[in-house]
Amino acid sequence: MAEPTKLAKDDEPQDDATPNVSEVETVEAASEEEAVAALDAHVERGEPILQVRNLVKHFPLTQGILFKKQIGAVKAVDGISFDLYQGETLGIVGESGCGKSTVAKLLMNLEQATAGEIFYKGQDITRLSGRALKAVRRNIQMVFQDPYTSLNPRMTVGDIIGEPFDIHPEVAPKGDRRRKVQELLDVVGLNPEYVNRYPHQFSGGQRQRIGIARGLALNPEIIICDEPVSALDVSVQAQVINLMERLQDEFNLSYVFIAHDLSIVRHISDRVGVMYLGKMAEIGTDTQIYDHPTHPYTQALLSAVPVPDPDAREGRERIILTGDVPSPANPPSGCRFRTRCWKAQDKCAEEVPLLAVPERFQGTDSPAAHESACHFAEEKDVVHAA
Amino acid sequence: MPEKTADKVELPEATGAASEATAPEAGTPASAKARSLWSDAWHDLRRNPLFLISAVLIVLLIVMAAAPSLFTSASPRDADLAKHYLQPPNWGHFFAPDWFGYDGQGRSIYARVIYGARASILVGVGVTLAVTVLGTLVGMVAGYFGGLVDTLLSRVTDIFMGIPYLLGALVILTTFAERKVWVVILAMAFLGWTTIARVARGAVVTIKQADYVVAAKALGASTTRVLLRHILPNALAPIIVVATIALGGYIAAEATLSFLGVGLAEPTVSWGVDVSAGRQQLRNAPYVLIVPSVMVSVTVLSFLMFGDAVRNALDPKLR
Amino acid sequence: MTIIDKPADVPAPRPDTDSGTPLLEVRDLHVEFKTRDGVAKAVNGVNYTVSAGETLAVLGESGSGKSVTAQAIMGILDMPPGRIPKGEILFRGEDMLKMSEEERRKIRGRKIAMIFQDALSSLNPVLSVGYQLGEMFRVHLGLSKKDAKARAIELMDRVKIPAAAARVGDYPHQFSGGMRQRIMIAMALALEPDLIIADEPTTALDVTVQAQVMDLLAELQREYNMGLILITHDLGVVADVADKIAVMYAGRIVETAPVHELYKRPAHPYTRGLLDSIPRLDQKGQELYAIKGLPPNLTRIPSGCAFNPRCPKAQDICRTEVPALSLVTEQDGTELPGRGSACHFWKETIHG
Repeated sequence: MAEPTKLAKDDEPQDDATPNVSEVETVEAASEEEAVAALDAHVERGEPILQVRNLVKHFPLTQGILFKKQIGAVKAVDGISFDLYQGETLGIVGESGCGKSTVAKLLMNLEQATAGEIFYKGQDITRLSGRALKAVRRNIQMVFQDPYTSLNPRMTVGDIIGEPFDIHPEVAPKGDRRRKVQELLDVVGLNPEYVNRYPHQFSGGQRQRIGIARGLALNPEIIICDEPVSALDVSVQAQVINLMERLQDEFNLSYVFIAHDLSIVRHISDRVGVMYLGKMAEIGTDTQIYDHPTHPYTQALLSAVPVPDPDAREGRERIILTGDVPSPANPPSGCRFRTRCWKAQDKCAEEVPLLAVPERFQGTDSPAAHESACHFAEEKDVVHAA
Repeated sequence: MPEKTADKVELPEATGAASEATAPEAGTPASAKARSLWSDAWHDLRRNPLFLISAVLIVLLIVMAAAPSLFTSASPRDADLAKHYLQPPNWGHFFAPDWFGYDGQGRSIYARVIYGARASILVGVGVTLAVTVLGTLVGMVAGYFGGLVDTLLSRVTDIFMGIPYLLGALVILTTFAERKVWVVILAMAFLGWTTIARVARGAVVTIKQADYVVAAKALGASTTRVLLRHILPNALAPIIVVATIALGGYIAAEATLSFLGVGLAEPTVSWGVDVSAGRQQLRNAPYVLIVPSVMVSVTVLSFLMFGDAVRNALDPKLR
Repeated sequence: MTIIDKPADVPAPRPDTDSGTPLLEVRDLHVEFKTRDGVAKAVNGVNYTVSAGETLAVLGESGSGKSVTAQAIMGILDMPPGRIPKGEILFRGEDMLKMSEEERRKIRGRKIAMIFQDALSSLNPVLSVGYQLGEMFRVHLGLSKKDAKARAIELMDRVKIPAAAARVGDYPHQFSGGMRQRIMIAMALALEPDLIIADEPTTALDVTVQAQVMDLLAELQREYNMGLILITHDLGVVADVADKIAVMYAGRIVETAPVHELYKRPAHPYTRGLLDSIPRLDQKGQELYAIKGLPPNLTRIPSGCAFNPRCPKAQDICRTEVPALSLVTEQDGTELPGRGSACHFWKETIHG
């Protein structure tokens, strides 16, 4: 772990100076033309640190008590591919049941993938076990959604943050651990004297900081964040988001940031993937996805986000989808979104659309030229007031 | 339904005083000291009169069992036939051997009741310990590993649960010629672990899905570590509650078995044995039966109250 | 439209949208809870009014007292540990806190209905939704089983549950989250109440479904000319449907405003902080503004303004004097109707 220095004060919201805005961010914030340049930036960054290829997770549906018979499968994740680069944040958004949390568990090797590969620095980690797996775990850590259930209520904060060192003793020699734990508390903006407190003595936001400190303990390269702020109050969410961004810059972390809140995902992500019913509908840089979405589902999702600005709201087009997400146990044929899509045609029921840059945008400089799994991909700005 | 009770009203715990420079989130927990869930429970217990009364009684019983000579100089086995069914004298002779009168063999009932506590407490505590260890082990393994292991262990538990407790104990104990305390303990534990196993399994199944268990696994924690550091400490509360409440039941069961003549037997001094003997002269000397019976009842009640208080403290939701 | 009318002196139900007494008026309401750590003051003098056909959004974070106020209005607070030491809740001019339990029960469900966040746990899992909807008609209106079922189907149609007649016998778990929330809305609507209190009605739902449910709620409210109290923590949801907003903090209302005004020019530092701390959907922002510190412990609310330890504008007066909810005016003194701010420095906040 890089020496955590006295930077807790940076967290003070009044400090307008943002010393560490990552390069990608500035590039993307600038203008649309440059958004494409941002895509190229990935190439410059070399090999992705994590490569996910055709990842599949089916949960068998069984019947019978003693002798179980498989009668079907919930296709929670059904062929997902993406890359994650060093130091970047990949946001994954989608509604409940779209499989985003299962992706998190698969990346953490907490669930065994049914098929597909996850390459961490070129090594497939889906079939690892024992010592090799443990070594990989040091580098991929997780922050959980619910700060109330993710900390063991019977352990002190010191024991919780120190547990990674008990499991991986090579990271910190025994005599050094208490100091390390206190450093970690300091890094996440908590008073280092609280090592002997119990989780229930802290508020939600503080607990989430404890969870983040535990995730940082082993000095990982990748942190999988599964809805890390959705259980927190609005005023505390911003604190935690700022903390996560600061830590990313400081320790050169890569985040997979899974959430349903599209505004927060845009704020923190360099690239965003939109999931629907176990498949990736669209993936691209934040500008490409938010300002130039080409998949009807992304467009509907974005247009449905309630915006805390009634005036901007009135100028926006709203696409209200009918019906609910179909069951992942029995997804529609062809394109999974076709049952709720206003553009659906016969082709959509017959042919599964592939996640690729739509033909008409191929080779163009248009920001719409990003991967989208729709037969009739078409650019449509739903976020900005007309 | 809506969240209504004070437990559930969300009360942010930390103070808003953002004075510490190191803590932008003003992380001052509500209380100054480290407060574990156990110490919170203890805080509640100390204020519960039910707990205080039962605790005093239980401590008294344990002291009685450990050092009976503190309470009486008489021996429970000293028989003086001259005192055959001698009535208790006037009330007021505290701690005198003749306080409760004498039984058919002229032995002091007071002394016998004092010395009888040892057998009852020993059986009660012994069975509870054995049952808790065995039940927790089975329940934890079944609940954590699931699948075939769970199916098998759960069916075995069901089979044991199907055996009528007293009848089963009767059958087992009658096969032993000499029934020492440990024999009774083992026989009762052999039949009694199922309740705890079920409670433990249920708790473990819930806890193993908790995010902190997932978090430990994500860190690469071994199964043993997950079980001992994360699952067991959190599953312990319901197990302790069931065990303390059951303790009273085991004492009653021991008395019942002894009364029926298959539990402890002479020369072991036990309340059940004395109740059984007291039956013979119920009309002339009812006190011979009543005194040990009352002791059994008071002891059982103490443990039940104790268990209730512990449950309230450990799990406020059950209230 | 209401079936059993209360005594005649009460103003006639629906038509009087703008005449005199508001539908509901909460006056100086206080609620406290006994907890292990002392008395938690959950609500500390809340005032608000709702008229027929009006939507009041009560905005606040957890522990702000927004839900407790609603529970006090509904009369479903657990007492003890809860206690209402002070205050009035006037429904059509009558103080409900002074009514007998029987009288309150008549109002509950029939005149004031509530919609909860978690539809699944609010519905009985072992009874079909048709039965549960019909129960309202059987118990309150004495309809026959058959008629009640017909009304239940009608109601399910009303809240746009597809194939209502076919699904009336289904159980709650057979419906999706959005559909269950529709059933909750149907249940609240069953007796055509004058006022609906919706406590975070869409928080548990996905965005695309959220929009559907909010639209439905707004549409039904217009149609029935009901009063609606929308309790939420989500500034976005409020913006869509509310007429006026009351922002709560530590059991007090810190700002009231018509919806557009609030977003354009907040007059309380807390509201401003909240608005600034939300990332934007339509552009990539810089570092987020974050309100420092934590919401106060309700057993030890800071003296003076409860927000003072977290407030960038706090002065000495803020630590000693509780600011009253004062009228907010334009710089030239023109009154801004419906606006109020409980901040000593509201002028600086709104005009500065």
